Amino acid sequence: MPKTCALCKKSRAILKRPKTGQQICKECFFYVFETEVHNTITESKLFQPGDRVAIGASGGKDSTVLAYVMKTLNERYNYGLNLFLLSIDEGITGYRDDSLETVKRNQEQYDMPLKILSYDELYGWTMDAIVAEVGRKNNCTFCGVFRRQALDRGAAMLNVDHIVTGHNADDIAETVLMNIMRGDIARLGRCTLICTQGEDTIRRSKPFKYTYEKEIVMYAYFKKLDYFSTECIYSPDAYRGHARTFLKGLEAARPSAIIDIIHSGEAFEVSEEVKATQKLQQTCKRCGYMSSNELCKACTLLEGLERGMASSGITERARKRLEAEGPAPDSLRTIPFFKPPSGNPTVTIEVPS
Amino acid sequence: MSNSENFLAIRVEFGGGLELLFSNQRSHKLKIPANISKNSVGKPADIDYLIHHLRDNLLKERKELFMEKDTVRPGILVLINDTDWELEGEGDYILQNNDEIVFISTLHGG
Ligand code: SF4
Ligand SMILES: [Zn+2]
Ligand SMILES: [Zn+2]
Repeated sequence: MPKTCALCKKSRAILKRPKTGQQICKECFFYVFETEVHNTITESKLFQPGDRVAIGASGGKDSTVLAYVMKTLNERYNYGLNLFLLSIDEGITGYRDDSLETVKRNQEQYDMPLKILSYDELYGWTMDAIVAEVGRKNNCTFCGVFRRQALDRGAAMLNVDHIVTGHNADDIAETVLMNIMRGDIARLGRCTLICTQGEDTIRRSKPFKYTYEKEIVMYAYFKKLDYFSTECIYSPDAYRGHARTFLKGLEAARPSAIIDIIHSGEAFEVSEEVKATQKLQQTCKRCGYMSSNELCKACTLLEGLERGMASSGITERARKRLEAEGPAPDSLRTIPFFKPPSGNPTVTIEVPS
Repeated sequence: MSNSENFLAIRVEFGGGLELLFSNQRSHKLKIPANISKNSVGKPADIDYLIHHLRDNLLKERKELFMEKDTVRPGILVLINDTDWELEGEGDYILQNNDEIVFISTLHGG
């Protein structure tokens, strides 16, 4: 027996919303999905007219749907944003090279300029080369530190004010759980923020903060959006895997669990004492990127790689061993000096033809 | 009864990375018996049966990524003729001839 849409009371329902349990039709689904993101954007005052905004695009479902929805809302509500796609090429054969093909198609489909920045051009190392050096254990530490800085640098090259990422409600709930399990109170306080901005870092926000993964995938399916879905060949993250499985189990039993966890994460009060122990920001003396130490994490990791002691950026003991060998040689490969965005774009970007 | 009445033609699609577990093939055409016996009681074939059938006959690797307990792993979406299976009785939905069943993983890459 076909069920009727709870919103328009006319069409046949095709989806049960995890957030509300409502049964709704395709058109109403598109409408509420987009409108909720619009409400999140306006209530949090994420953008100003004229803002230049980069969408961190991996070719995966979240960023593909985000790019589509940002374009739709920008046109529907006249946000007045200049939108760009920004992709980081980690240099992972058989994974990122394929997903970048998806981003390039998105560039044409959505008619948005695309900038691809690679680890290789920025750091002189691809993830393939890093894994060959460090093995399959700490590769994601390198990758995470390098990606974060690469995104900021790509954003600076595009001279954008703002990076938006496709993190969804399930991702944020998972991060809340993991920070609780690790006892990382400082991160717990930050991870539920919809928008983060340090002293001179580029604003980052998550317009899908309250959007369920199920609805993102359903949206992509019904809109027939073109996305890429393969696991990274170096992905070992067992910890994340467990938290994810646990969360999906919870969600299956009680769909509101996702939002409940986000709300409880938001309700944690981070005391002034914890905030005070978070280090003051300065700039890295070698590359100019923001850092809480003399050297930023990326420079520390890169020096270890270049000097053949990759673990010096990971463990205290290895770091001491590196220091005992003396200061970094002048010939050491370094990351180009970081210039925060100002004035005109410093790179030419690929404009869709 | 003729043969065609005892079997149902079912189209199965995999997406979101699940296809990688099924010989990297997105679309599969199957013939499923219309009636099955469970604990020696005959009953019409339902989605639960289809899921087990897929696991036993088409799944090439890593069964735990497709099924958990007696159903699909949480995080896998199922659509029956383009409708969320949660509106159709989930595993209890009785398969009809020419049904199209889609399985999409939400668990792969953001
Ligand atoms: S799984 Fe690890 S190596 Fe692969 S893209 Fe993610 S962080 Fe990088
Ligand atoms: Zn409707
Ligand atoms: Zn640095």
